[in-house]
Amino acid sequence: MIDTTLVVNGTERTVPTEARTLLVDALREGMGLTGTHVGCDTSQCGACLVHLDGAPVKACTILARECEGAAITTIEGVADPDGTLSSVQQAFQDHHGLQCGFCTPGMIMAAIALLRDVPRPTEAQVRHYFEGNICRCTGYHNIVKAVMAASGQVVEPVGA
Amino acid sequence: MYDFDLQRPKDLDAAIAALADEGAQPLSGGQTLLPTMKARLAAPERLVSLMGIDALRQVRRDGDVVRIGGAATHGRIADALADLLPGLADLSARIGDPAVRTRGTIGGSVANNDPAACWPAGLLACDATIVTAGPDGTTEHAADAFFKGMFETALEPGHIVSEVQVPLGQAVRYEKMIQPASRFALTAVCVARRDGTVRVAVTGAGGDGVFRWTAAEDVLTDRFDAAALEDASVPAADALLSDIHGSGAYRADLVAVLTRRAVAALAKD
Repeated sequence: MIDTTLVVNGTERTVPTEARTLLVDALREGMGLTGTHVGCDTSQCGACLVHLDGAPVKACTILARECEGAAITTIEGVADPDGTLSSVQQAFQDHHGLQCGFCTPGMIMAAIALLRDVPRPTEAQVRHYFEGNICRCTGYHNIVKAVMAASGQVVEPVGA
Repeated sequence: MYDFDLQRPKDLDAAIAALADEGAQPLSGGQTLLPTMKARLAAPERLVSLMGIDALRQVRRDGDVVRIGGAATHGRIADALADLLPGLADLSARIGDPAVRTRGTIGGSVANNDPAACWPAGLLACDATIVTAGPDGTTEHAADAFFKGMFETALEPGHIVSEVQVPLGQAVRYEKMIQPASRFALTAVCVARRDGTVRVAVTGAGGDGVFRWTAAEDVLTDRFDAAALEDASVPAADALLSDIHGSGAYRADLVAVLTRRAVAALAKD
């Protein structure tokens, strides 16, 4: 084991790693940041999506030591410190963009990455961007709706 | 996965030195290699990461070619080629998904030569040159000579793909039928046209990996029109991949349809 230092959600954190330690395991096991989920562990599902120096990566398919010194943003770093949800999180809540919630951390991180590059995406752009994020509950419609709403575009409200 | 020794050199010479040991393997984006190691289908004793070598991550125009570093990611290439070779930028922008494109590299893709990968088709169609680096310096390989078969290339042990050179001044179109579970190509075709010469490369169909559909190239070089393809003999179905996702006959049909679409789109421009 050697120490690996990452800047996670703005705070420098050092954890012991093996060469084979994956970023997601350094976050979950090493730092107790269990908001980043492991769904498939084969980089298909996107539940483990975090930002590495601002860009989306699947934390199950990158070695922790490859991220030495890098800035990592996880779902824990998205809401305000007082618990106020970010606009993307709030939109997911308002538009029922989740059911069981397992994929949601990856969905939120993907949405933030998309909206940073494309502030007002079309529905087709949203669907294309989310190709690597799998949800087995919602059928995606309300996720797409939530992302569109978070971008400031008018979407139909979800019925009760 | 089994543990290994991880080296993170800062320059190419150090990387080549670290790769001299038997059991050492280069690691670029890891989007294929790490899942392969998790499944214990590979267990290298040492991984030599190329991602810390800045010189390998650049994309730059140099006269009539664009030089793409072996460790340049699909995402970066898509941005850098948007004006120079928009058709190839589009290929890069549709590999995997956004997170895969943040890490996955062109060098990793061509070195692996997956029979359904996108880059081998793009580079074969564009008549690219693949540069490999080893203890004795660099070697240039024409794409035609580099891709040798399924998961087989001219890359030697201890060597890496250091650069890919793509000639500018060509119109490129990539048409892909996606395999929805893996997001690799089920079958895809890249058509490139330069100075009236047409090259057609097919991935996700050949039993020996990527190949050129020369019968289509001949008719299209004479007359660049989708209708001309009716005179080109389609690759024989029994020579193509056949699996639960599609029979050889289905893939042969896809090759014809996707080529027609690519030509029609290019003819319109």
